Amino acid sequence: MLEMSLRWIVFIPLLGAAFIGVLNRRLPGRLAGWLACATVGLSFLLAVQAVLRLAGLPPAERVVTDTVGRWLVFGSLQLDIGFWLDPLSAVMILVVTGVGLLIHIYSLGYMAPDTGLPRFFAYMNLFIFAMLLLVLGENLPLLFVGWEGVGLCSYLLISFWFGEDANATAGRKAFITNRVGDFGALLALFLIGATLLPVLRPGLGVFSFGVLQQHAHLLAPVATAVALLLFLGVAGKSAQIPLYIWLPDAMAGPTPVSALIHAATMVTAGVYLMARLSFLFVLSPAAMAVVAGVGIATALFAATIALAQTDIKKVLAYSTVSQLGYMVAACGVGAFAAAVFHLMTHAFFKALLFLGAGSVIHAMHHEQDLRVMGGLRRKLPVTWATMLIGTVAIAGVPPLAGFVSKDEILFEAFLAAHGGFPWLWFVGFLAAGLTAFYMMRLLVLAFLGENRASAEVRAHIGESPATMTVPLVILAVLAVGGGWIGWPHGLGGGAWLQEWLAPVLAGPAGHGHASATLERGLAVVSTLIALAGLSLGYLVYARRPQLAAWGRGWLRGLPHRLLSRKYFVDELYAAAIYRPLQRAADVVCFRWLDRGLIDGLLVSGAAVAALFAGSVLRLLQNGLVRFYAWVFALGVTVFTVYLTLQG
Amino acid sequence: MSFVIGHLLTLVTFLPLLGALFILACLSRRAAAAYWVALGVALVDVALSLVLWLGYDPVPGTDQFTVRVAWFFGGRVQYHLACDGISLVLVLLTTVLGPLVILSTRRALAERVPLFMAMYLVLQTAMVGTFLARDMLLFYVFWELMLIPMYFIIGIWGGPRRVYAAVKFFLFTMAGSVFMLVAILYLWQRADSMDLGGWLALELTFREQVWLFAAFALAFAIKVPLWPLHTWLPDAHVEAPTAGSVILAGVLLKMGTYGLLRFAMPLFPDATLAAAPVLAALAVAGIIFGALVAWVQTDIKKLVAYSSVSHLGFVVLGLFSLTTLGAAGGVFQMLAHGLSTGALFLLIGVVYERRHTREMADFGGLAHGMPAYATLFMITTLASVGLPGLCGFIGEFMILLGTFRSGLLPHARLLAVLAATGIILGAVYMLGMYQRVFLGPLRREQNRGLPDLNLREWLVLGPLVVFMIWLGVGPGLVLDKVGPSLDRVLQPVVVRAAANAPNAGNVLVQQPEPPAGQPRALEVSR
Amino acid sequence: MAIGLTHYLGLAAAVFLVGMVGFVIRRNTIVMLMCVELMLAAANLTFAAFSRELGNEAGHVFVLMNFAVAAAEVAIGLAILVEIYRRRRSVDADELTTLME
Repeated sequence: MLEMSLRWIVFIPLLGAAFIGVLNRRLPGRLAGWLACATVGLSFLLAVQAVLRLAGLPPAERVVTDTVGRWLVFGSLQLDIGFWLDPLSAVMILVVTGVGLLIHIYSLGYMAPDTGLPRFFAYMNLFIFAMLLLVLGENLPLLFVGWEGVGLCSYLLISFWFGEDANATAGRKAFITNRVGDFGALLALFLIGATLLPVLRPGLGVFSFGVLQQHAHLLAPVATAVALLLFLGVAGKSAQIPLYIWLPDAMAGPTPVSALIHAATMVTAGVYLMARLSFLFVLSPAAMAVVAGVGIATALFAATIALAQTDIKKVLAYSTVSQLGYMVAACGVGAFAAAVFHLMTHAFFKALLFLGAGSVIHAMHHEQDLRVMGGLRRKLPVTWATMLIGTVAIAGVPPLAGFVSKDEILFEAFLAAHGGFPWLWFVGFLAAGLTAFYMMRLLVLAFLGENRASAEVRAHIGESPATMTVPLVILAVLAVGGGWIGWPHGLGGGAWLQEWLAPVLAGPAGHGHASATLERGLAVVSTLIALAGLSLGYLVYARRPQLAAWGRGWLRGLPHRLLSRKYFVDELYAAAIYRPLQRAADVVCFRWLDRGLIDGLLVSGAAVAALFAGSVLRLLQNGLVRFYAWVFALGVTVFTVYLTLQG
Repeated sequence: MSFVIGHLLTLVTFLPLLGALFILACLSRRAAAAYWVALGVALVDVALSLVLWLGYDPVPGTDQFTVRVAWFFGGRVQYHLACDGISLVLVLLTTVLGPLVILSTRRALAERVPLFMAMYLVLQTAMVGTFLARDMLLFYVFWELMLIPMYFIIGIWGGPRRVYAAVKFFLFTMAGSVFMLVAILYLWQRADSMDLGGWLALELTFREQVWLFAAFALAFAIKVPLWPLHTWLPDAHVEAPTAGSVILAGVLLKMGTYGLLRFAMPLFPDATLAAAPVLAALAVAGIIFGALVAWVQTDIKKLVAYSSVSHLGFVVLGLFSLTTLGAAGGVFQMLAHGLSTGALFLLIGVVYERRHTREMADFGGLAHGMPAYATLFMITTLASVGLPGLCGFIGEFMILLGTFRSGLLPHARLLAVLAATGIILGAVYMLGMYQRVFLGPLRREQNRGLPDLNLREWLVLGPLVVFMIWLGVGPGLVLDKVGPSLDRVLQPVVVRAAANAPNAGNVLVQQPEPPAGQPRALEVSR
Repeated sequence: MAIGLTHYLGLAAAVFLVGMVGFVIRRNTIVMLMCVELMLAAANLTFAAFSRELGNEAGHVFVLMNFAVAAAEVAIGLAILVEIYRRRRSVDADELTTLME
């Protein structure tokens, strides 16, 4: 029974998407919305049921599989369509369906006036399907189907309002950047296949996670290459350096999309992949070092950019990139459980922040610029309260969710230094301070002070409907208490989440070897920097705005320009990669080689040569009988002489 | 009924020809009647090929439904048709596209309809015959026979530069075929028969094999089209009428790869092993080159033409990866490409019938007014790009995995990595095209109010989309039929490879008897 | 001096050469026909000489056949020439170039 229900968790949203998608405009928008919520809700209930049943099993045997049928079978290659539920995927399906449901409900209110509602909800359901396929898939290629599927849905939803070219371009950018990452992931897949297929019994599903884990030692020689190639895929999907560029542009999509896909779920797929294949990553310390370094660098890099952004969604986008960096870095130091923990808490408070921002945008008549906001505290009390909670959570103030998970990561990063200077911890520490600062900045600019918008907009500002505020409240509750299930031992907690995940993930299960004192000390330091960031942010933006202005103008405004223009990375990519490649394709490939060399020289050349030969030989046909006779005579003579000499 | 089964291959092959003769004789002035008769004939042909599909036993992978009648020279040249798994799949592709192509001409074709129908039916006979022939002279006759109707289809009903394109197509293809004819005559002399089976038993010296392989491969490479012999394709596609482009991309482009697989590789295994690096490199060059050039096109048809060069490069890479997995992926990709690219040309035809232009600059924002059309176009685009879950992914996956695993092809991994960049480039040019045509604001007034798909267009596109999804989720439908036949066909190559380098670390991996119903695969891998 | 085979062959060769060169050099079609006759005569001489030498009558038979061929050829050739002259008012071979490409 439990086995069979796994497939329905995945397929019900697909059926919803197909049904709503086919009927499209024949379906009233609200009905489509409620249907979509119902399917996700059903999936959520089934997921809860499945996880409860799973919890009933003893820890060493917590795996449930459901094989639907065979997918691709050829020779020794055997791929099934099957699902795999273990503690890790249990956490993921609860997050995906739970937060997904809340966002679907929110969308009923936010997207209400839109004419394309059925199409929206069809895409959203399709996304939930793809994401569930990703996290429940029992083998790597099936995960990859979900992986690309969420990429597709991301493309469709970012360019949802495709009437604007900019939205379509943003969607395309996301898809193609993801494809670059997927290129790496596919190569990793092939490398795994090439290594394992020859040595394993044929008929064994080589790419199946169970099989891979059993035979991980066989992959040791190629572990570094596989891990780095997989990490390329992770960098694309989870927006790390150098492939994060699509995420800020993805803010062109509707805010619920940003909340669901680009905060809570799709972008976390990379972290899930690394956790799922943790047994592989730990085989290559070199790759882990790269992962950790890139992750923490991204965390700081993105945080600096967020300081100077004026669009409320862009601040949150860079914040997401930054927080993903933390998760990635956690995987890099072997703290996979901490990464998953932060994935979960981040889903809560980031979804909350995005939905709250959506509430603000909705109230401000689709204005997203922080500079024309302000004073919304009184007009949007629920939004204000929940956003405040979200800000404090992301800053990392105990006992809210963000503190616990981020602190765990920082602690593991500190331990990973093994005696040398804890660079990873230090960079993470700085980034945490910046996070608190820029989030407070956002809060102050949007909610405090006097409203800077036009009178017309001001007149219409009002709190959002219940469909939007209820999810906000629920998420706020989760943002406060969500971290308590993983409260570490060193700080007096039960560490239930870590224990739940321990059988599945490689790496340190507990901190038995490290001193609780160190942990407590670091926790205090983390709290201090968070509070410092928040206070400084409040001080500068609420009390002394001239300091902010001075900061923008410092050193002739160059640092500010560098940050607000995102270090000109997009421009760099366009100039160094995109445009030269396009020019090469046009000039070298198309004009020179294809039209010039092949078609021109060779093909037309052959034709010209044939015509030329013809025109030369034509001269022999001059109609003069005597000439013909001459040639005839000559030929006969030569022939006779030849025969005479021969014989 | 038993008559039908007893002569199934002859009927499948020649029924269209009979239809063509009937149309020319009796209906040469009645366009509507010719249209319906042609459609009827094509549908009957589909039914016959379905009988073939259901009746074929995939497990042994042998040639079945054989018909063998002595023809010339006391039986040394025979009328010999037979069907194995590979031929089966390709014959199905051909016959299924038939009615769809004919349906698509309803609005698109204005003049001389009966002649077109006759031409198309003759073409269908030639195509099916090429896939089923097992006597070399018969094969060559069908092979050359394909050129004539295609020449007329492009040359009469095509675009402004149709004559140039048709002549270029004809001469280019013929040039290669002529060398193949010389090779056939040489082998006729050596084997004293034209039977493929007899030729496979010949012992040829390495020198002989190299020259003969070169001759055969040249003819097939032009048809693939393999870079750099591809330049006839963009012109042919752009100038051909929609129906012509569909069948050109859908079936005619499969002839080259089919020929390589059926003839060039098994007949000349030593030469195949020696030439594989060159051909694989050219294939990869085609993948990347085709994609890059497609990126900078402004005419949608030309873009799709270059994308075909790219996709078929994958097929050739699969064949010359010298693994069964890669070759199977190649056959699957032939089918997937036929479906998705055929659908793309039909989709382009839809908008061409409404607006009579194919320049991307003339479009923009079409998705606003034609959502169903935009959706089907997106699904087809995604299949073309190789989105997992659709048919395009399976072929590419198997080909790249096979190439990656290849123990016989030098630099196989490097080639696989380079070929994999094709998946990035594919997304770049296809999505770019989709955006310029469908997304953004409605830039041109003429595009406002264009009607969405009508019933006929749904009938044409629907089955193709269904297959694209079905094959992506259940590729076993095709792979089960193909597997054992592929093993048989590649047997000479595998045996020779093992004989050549028994101690070089290449291990002939023979799988134990697989569970019932699953194919056995012979692979040479590391 | 005995007149042997060589002398006959030499004469035949000389006559043939005169005929051949004459055919190529002369522009007047009638003269060209006469040169053809010369070449045929030379062939006849050769046949007769060898026939005498080898004692084989076949050579004589060929000579007779040759007469017939030559006569037929002259008849038709002159008839064509007369027609050409009636149309073109000239029998200059260099002007008869309608077969050129």
